[in-house]
Amino acid sequence: MIPCLDVRDGRVVKGVRFQGLRDAGDPVDQVVAYEAQGADEIVILDVSATPEGRANASDTVRAVREVLGIPLTVGGGVREVEDAAVLLDAGADKVAVNTAAVREPALLSRLAERFGVQCTVLALDAAKRADGDGWEVVVRSGTERTGKDVLEWAAEAERRGAGEIVLTSWDRDGTKDGYDTELLSAVSGVVSVPVIASGGAADAAHMADAVRAGADAVLAASIFHDGVHTVGVVKHELAGFGVEVRR
Amino acid sequence: MSGHEMSDVVVVRTGLANVASVLAALRRLGVDGELSDDAGRVREAARVVFPGVGSFGAVAAVLDETGLRGALRERVEQRLPTLGICLGMQVLFESSEESPGAVGLGVAAGTVGRFVGDMTVPQMGWNRVQTDGSCVILRSGYGYFANSYRVESVPAGWAGAVSEYGGGFVAGIERGSVVACQFHPELSGDYGRGIFERWLAASEQRSSVDSGVVA
Repeated sequence: MIPCLDVRDGRVVKGVRFQGLRDAGDPVDQVVAYEAQGADEIVILDVSATPEGRANASDTVRAVREVLGIPLTVGGGVREVEDAAVLLDAGADKVAVNTAAVREPALLSRLAERFGVQCTVLALDAAKRADGDGWEVVVRSGTERTGKDVLEWAAEAERRGAGEIVLTSWDRDGTKDGYDTELLSAVSGVVSVPVIASGGAADAAHMADAVRAGADAVLAASIFHDGVHTVGVVKHELAGFGVEVRR
Repeated sequence: MSGHEMSDVVVVRTGLANVASVLAALRRLGVDGELSDDAGRVREAARVVFPGVGSFGAVAAVLDETGLRGALRERVEQRLPTLGICLGMQVLFESSEESPGAVGLGVAAGTVGRFVGDMTVPQMGWNRVQTDGSCVILRSGYGYFANSYRVESVPAGWAGAVSEYGGGFVAGIERGSVVACQFHPELSGDYGRGIFERWLAASEQRSSVDSGVVA
């Protein structure tokens, strides 16, 4: 169970598909609460629009690391090995790359070689093709469809050194209609690294579906930020669906 | 116990491990770890944390370049407070399939092998840890793992904790105030925090005994 925080200029923000962002609090306060509730890991995505905002990201990571005793993955704006080094030095345990890796797949190899596959995470944003036949990779926060096949890209990323794939369904993200289980089972069928389901969760039933479809972990953002669901309650419900959870 | 004694924790800098999480975990317990790759410091420090990321061979090479090999071996043989993490546990053994020809510290008998089976490797995530009851610092609970290689059985002369991943493997070993974990206590939430706390407390008792002898 992995809560994800979108952070912009040092504050947590929320919005459907990064549109209409509104302030959702202090990242340090939130990760403390999530860990206490039983979160297994935290993902922070820096969605800052400017270089100055991005420079703040390492301060956020440093502040979060001080209080956080579970694994921390950080993504957003990582273009080069040096960008990743800054985040790892600040206290991230893993670094996620998305658009930059699609543009230049060798970036994954360089990250894996320098930091190890256990540090190298691919954030893969997928959308169903217009003709309904399979999925294509989307980049730049969903604003650009690449035509690249999701299953081929996932397999290539693993070969190049991605140790984990955070798979977001762009069709489901923010909808609360549940994860795209077809997409999950297709991707987890072609890679042997862990696949983390993202995009569309509204409740524990959706998460249980994702695990049954092959997800190794589930990521969720908005359902926890609302304060309607706590990580602890959702994990308890998930256990009720027969999914093994750490408690 | 004085604050000064408590603060004498050296975290070994191999240049390969990401130590921010380890230092933060210590700070949450009020301990300012000192990063060092100086063999003399590592030999004399009241407590030493030996984190490891990278490969068995790369860590073994760093131990030779820095002279840390002798310092760490002495610490473990004399049971001085030492906490090995991940590769920092594996390197206590003799050798590893990961780096044929590379020589470990050899203070624990056995070799490190790659996970066998059709599971996801590396193992990345939480797994149940079970102790055999003879452990003092290690307990049963859930630890966070990130490893492709593992030791299959607890070496003679050590108490141990085990986990299951395509078969049983060693999650941790301990002997006096020397403890080593295959998982990352610094990333294992309250469970990991407890290991740091008990290790610091055990090594504090140990220091008191030592200073009593000196006095």
